[in-house]
Amino acid sequence: MRPAASVILFTVLSGFGFGYLAALGLGVVTPTGGAAFGLWGLGYALAVGGLLASTLHLGQPRRALLAFSQWRSSWLSREAWAAVASLLVLAPMALSDGLGLGWPRAIGGLGAGLALATLGCTAMIYAQLRTVPRWHHWLTPALFAGFATTGAAILAQTGALAMGLCLGLSLLLGLGFRLGDRQFAASGATLASATGLGRIGTPAVFEQPHAGGNYLTVEMIHVVGRRHAHKLRAIAVTGSGLIPALVLLTLPAGWPATVLALTLHLVGALAARWLFFAEAEHVVGLYYGQR
Amino acid sequence: MNALPDHCEQRLGLVIDLDTCVGCQACVTACKGWNDQGTTGPLDDVNPYGTAPSGVFFNRVHSYQVQPADGVAEIVNFPRSCLHCADAPCVTVCPTGASYKRSADGIVLVNEAACIGCGLCAWACPYGAREMNPVRGVMQKCTLCVDRIYNESLPEADREPACGRTCPTGARHFGDLADPQSPVSRLVADRGGYDLMPEMATLPTNQYLPPRRKGPPPRTSLLAPLLDLQASGLAGWLDRLLGKI
Repeated sequence: MRPAASVILFTVLSGFGFGYLAALGLGVVTPTGGAAFGLWGLGYALAVGGLLASTLHLGQPRRALLAFSQWRSSWLSREAWAAVASLLVLAPMALSDGLGLGWPRAIGGLGAGLALATLGCTAMIYAQLRTVPRWHHWLTPALFAGFATTGAAILAQTGALAMGLCLGLSLLLGLGFRLGDRQFAASGATLASATGLGRIGTPAVFEQPHAGGNYLTVEMIHVVGRRHAHKLRAIAVTGSGLIPALVLLTLPAGWPATVLALTLHLVGALAARWLFFAEAEHVVGLYYGQR
Repeated sequence: MNALPDHCEQRLGLVIDLDTCVGCQACVTACKGWNDQGTTGPLDDVNPYGTAPSGVFFNRVHSYQVQPADGVAEIVNFPRSCLHCADAPCVTVCPTGASYKRSADGIVLVNEAACIGCGLCAWACPYGAREMNPVRGVMQKCTLCVDRIYNESLPEADREPACGRTCPTGARHFGDLADPQSPVSRLVADRGGYDLMPEMATLPTNQYLPPRRKGPPPRTSLLAPLLDLQASGLAGWLDRLLGKI
């Protein structure tokens, strides 16, 4: 699949943003006064910024509001609802923290639940697709949750919890690469099943249907992005978890260590998300003899 | 709400005969020609006369070489277009309801006025049936020529999809696959028609008829009579002489 910058930014930033908003809502950190407005504002900026980046991916962004209509069948529509609901429900909690109103934490808890539901919907947009076997796996939602909670835990300066989540994320990511490599074969889709010609022999592509590219070959048979896959896998596994955990362990706790660990984590997350798309092979490639 | 209909009164679709398709691409051209100017058009192209042309087509004809376990390999031409699936994943993933399946005849369509061009339906389709219009930013797909098949201003013979109407070998049959007595359903039953990529659980309406089994290959090479040359005259004398040395 083509790694579109807008979707990579969207999923990384809004994932991190909603994760952090959930942490603020649950009261994992309870900043007060100006700091509260600053940190809640950061969470909102990331979540909303990511959502806006995603609209750049649309062919007709002016009609984006129509995406709220199909929540009964579409994960993308559910994501839109969950995102708006969590941002609205968390707003009073942000106000309460900033102005010291002391409103019940339950509001934040509800908002955090909705923020996590948003992440789940985002992950399900990909995980529901049988046509992309690497995504059609429980690891997809697990990784989306892993990235969001790890980024949030680092920024929330949770110490040992952040370190543990970092290590867990790296493990999960490594497992994801390992299991993901087997998913296409496990799906059972082959050129023989795609054409049904397996019943008379072994098919191979003789001639392509068109000499130039088309939407399918550009969007779903994108092989250029896999060129540096091995290096990017190493950057993703070490950057998103192992090195940030080391930074948090060795440097004295405080903002410099937090910012450094978070920056490294986000670099790793971007590398991982690039690969999430670039290494995802769509079954339509079978018709072209390519993956 | 545009969830999938529980039941379709008809299941209109195509039965594609891989035994008779000669790969002439006439269906590709007829499809583009009709739909570019029909109610679903235009099917925009980018750089059509340049070095890297690309554009929207609803129908593409692939070509495969199939090697049987015994005998010589054969070429199979393979038209690929929307299969108007009963369990169409392109419909359920759509966030706006632009992608829908009609309960009356089972045709899967895109309401372009409601399409935001997110591309998720094309991702959900195993068969590559959907292509994004590069100019208008909306998704397009085969309509089973819905503007022909019910069009009473056309002569009755023309009320079938443009691809089938134009096919010079009669490899594309149009009809109702929900009716077991329809000519297309009987073709499927007689010839062992099948679904593409059944593991994707899309329950396609369109069916493909496999190439018929070819007879055993001839024992000797087809070129054998030509190879059995008898030299005469000087060449014959030389041939006999050199054969003895």
